[in-house]
Amino acid sequence: MTRRTRIAGLLALPMTWLIGIYIFSLVMLLVTAFWVTDPFTSKVKPGFTLRNFEQLFINPAYLSTSVRTLGIALGVTVLSILIAVPLGIFMAKVAAPWLRALLAVAITLPLWAGYLVKVLAMRITFTKEGFFNWMLAPFGIEGPGFTLGTVVLTLTYLWLPYMAVPVYTAIRQLPPNLFDASADLGAGSWRTITTVVLPLIKPAIIAGSVFTFSLSLGDYLVARFVGGDTQMIGSVIASNINLNPPLAAAYSLVPIAFVVIYLVSVQRTGALERM
Amino acid sequence: MRHKILATTAMAAVAVLTLSACSGGGEKPSTEGNGELQIEVPDIPMLGELGENESDVNIVAWSGFVEPAWSDEFTKETGCTVNRRVAGTSDEMVQLMRTGDYDLVSASGDASLRLIAGGDVQPLNLELIPSFGDDIVEGMKGQIYDTINGKSYGIPIGRGANILQYNSDVVTEEPTSWDVAWEKDSPYAGQVIAYDAPIYIADAAVYLMAHEPDLGIENPYALDEKQLAAAVELLKQQNEIVSEYWSDPAAQITSFAGGTTVLGTSWEVLRKLTEDDKFKSVLPEEGSTGWSDAWMLATEAKNPNCAYAWMDYASTPEVNGAIAMNFGMAPANAAFCETSDEAKVHCEYYNATNEEYFEKVWFWTTPIEQCIDGRPADEATCTNFQQWTDAWLSVKG
Repeated sequence: MTRRTRIAGLLALPMTWLIGIYIFSLVMLLVTAFWVTDPFTSKVKPGFTLRNFEQLFINPAYLSTSVRTLGIALGVTVLSILIAVPLGIFMAKVAAPWLRALLAVAITLPLWAGYLVKVLAMRITFTKEGFFNWMLAPFGIEGPGFTLGTVVLTLTYLWLPYMAVPVYTAIRQLPPNLFDASADLGAGSWRTITTVVLPLIKPAIIAGSVFTFSLSLGDYLVARFVGGDTQMIGSVIASNINLNPPLAAAYSLVPIAFVVIYLVSVQRTGALERM
Repeated sequence: MRHKILATTAMAAVAVLTLSACSGGGEKPSTEGNGELQIEVPDIPMLGELGENESDVNIVAWSGFVEPAWSDEFTKETGCTVNRRVAGTSDEMVQLMRTGDYDLVSASGDASLRLIAGGDVQPLNLELIPSFGDDIVEGMKGQIYDTINGKSYGIPIGRGANILQYNSDVVTEEPTSWDVAWEKDSPYAGQVIAYDAPIYIADAAVYLMAHEPDLGIENPYALDEKQLAAAVELLKQQNEIVSEYWSDPAAQITSFAGGTTVLGTSWEVLRKLTEDDKFKSVLPEEGSTGWSDAWMLATEAKNPNCAYAWMDYASTPEVNGAIAMNFGMAPANAAFCETSDEAKVHCEYYNATNEEYFEKVWFWTTPIEQCIDGRPADEATCTNFQQWTDAWLSVKG
């Protein structure tokens, strides 16, 4: 067997998967964006029209929904970072081994439950007579109910493990002598975190943010179940997927564009090369 | 008004039969003379006679319409194994029927016109369905959404109204009008639930028919651009006081049960499922939208004989009643109501034979360019479902 055939054999399955199924179906979807829909029967017919893209600009609801979804995805990412970094530092450098193990289980625990189960659990927690309001009632505070804020909270709950795990792993790998050196040079803990830890774990944060950002962009069930009247890109695509598939396909280019822009901008920082 | 539609459809049946005999059919959509509806639909022949039963029948149905409790008996009687696929929305049903994998669908009125005009379903030979007899309730015979150009495309299953549900702990006085769900100054602002689908635009139109007669809306499914804009305006106003939109029945129930919502649009069956007597319902004075379902047979059905056998079986008083009881709706076959005391109670609760009740209900119909309220094509063009979908998007912004 020549070297070449061996390599071909090695790559046969992954390449079939990547090109044959993954890329092909995506391209097929994007091609439909140029097709036409019969207004009466909502049947899709091959053709070529830019009307679907035109719609995205004519109807202001598409723009406002895109901006809102982008804000939600960024909000979820920032919130995840704010939770994951201190938690990771505590787990890796401060906590006793038993507590570390307990926290590791606690962080990954949500991954054990089904996605829909978690969303419905959050829904029940946030109903008017739910846990949240019951807990806050003695303080005279009313919970957020089903709003945009609840969407951000729920999405953070769903995707936090994808940020916390890489961040924790990265911090754990930091050599202890870096902390000693930092302290010897007279830096306080805060200074150590901002000038030593954060720059070193930046690739991990960016890796995590790719997950939290893109997963939030594509989600629609959270908005449906805890969003009240919040509309996201995903909910619009979901409601159009049967009625007007070409329009849904055209609109699905928007989150793809967001992710590409995001990846390009983090790539410029050089972080992706170290992922 | 609904009587008028009934009458005109009946007349249309006669007129079209005569017309098609002369012209060979296939004319453009037009409203002839006295305003009866004619739509250009693909010419598909109906089955002349039944043959041997196949071994299977593939059905797309609403949850609760096809259950082993009665489909097993059907398999025993006919040898046809029933393969069920549950669909969540009308739009999903339409898509599924277009895959060609299914013989039958339990289509609601907002899907049926699309299926008929798209050539996805075939006309039915009622003579092959003896159970479809005189006992089918008056209000479900020959409706616009299943009978086109005089041909029957659907076998009625049941119907229900989209009622106003409320939590009587908070809403202590029974509302008589939908205004509590639509007006800015509603005492229940922020606690109103609304349905999440483009067809909900018709609910706004029903309200406008009563409160803004100047708009000239005669049928909530026949809106010209100006009327559609007014309905969307009203929906945007409602958006300000809405706590949630629901499309998933489980979400609707938890919204009421969890206290997030105190009133809004619902189905009788959902009110029952909340399992608490404090949740009550009413059909307000403006009337309401509603839904009416019918079995429809795929044009390319692979198992037409089993499909006909199923339609006949499902239309018998017992089976039709079982479906209605299971789903929580008014059965199409009134004979069921006489079969037992339990059946009688069910029929009364769901107003099965109360045509006066359903006279105020506008059953879901696909909005099409041709105004189905009888406005001639050269005077008015109505908005189609695609425009409704786009408009719906802007309600939530």
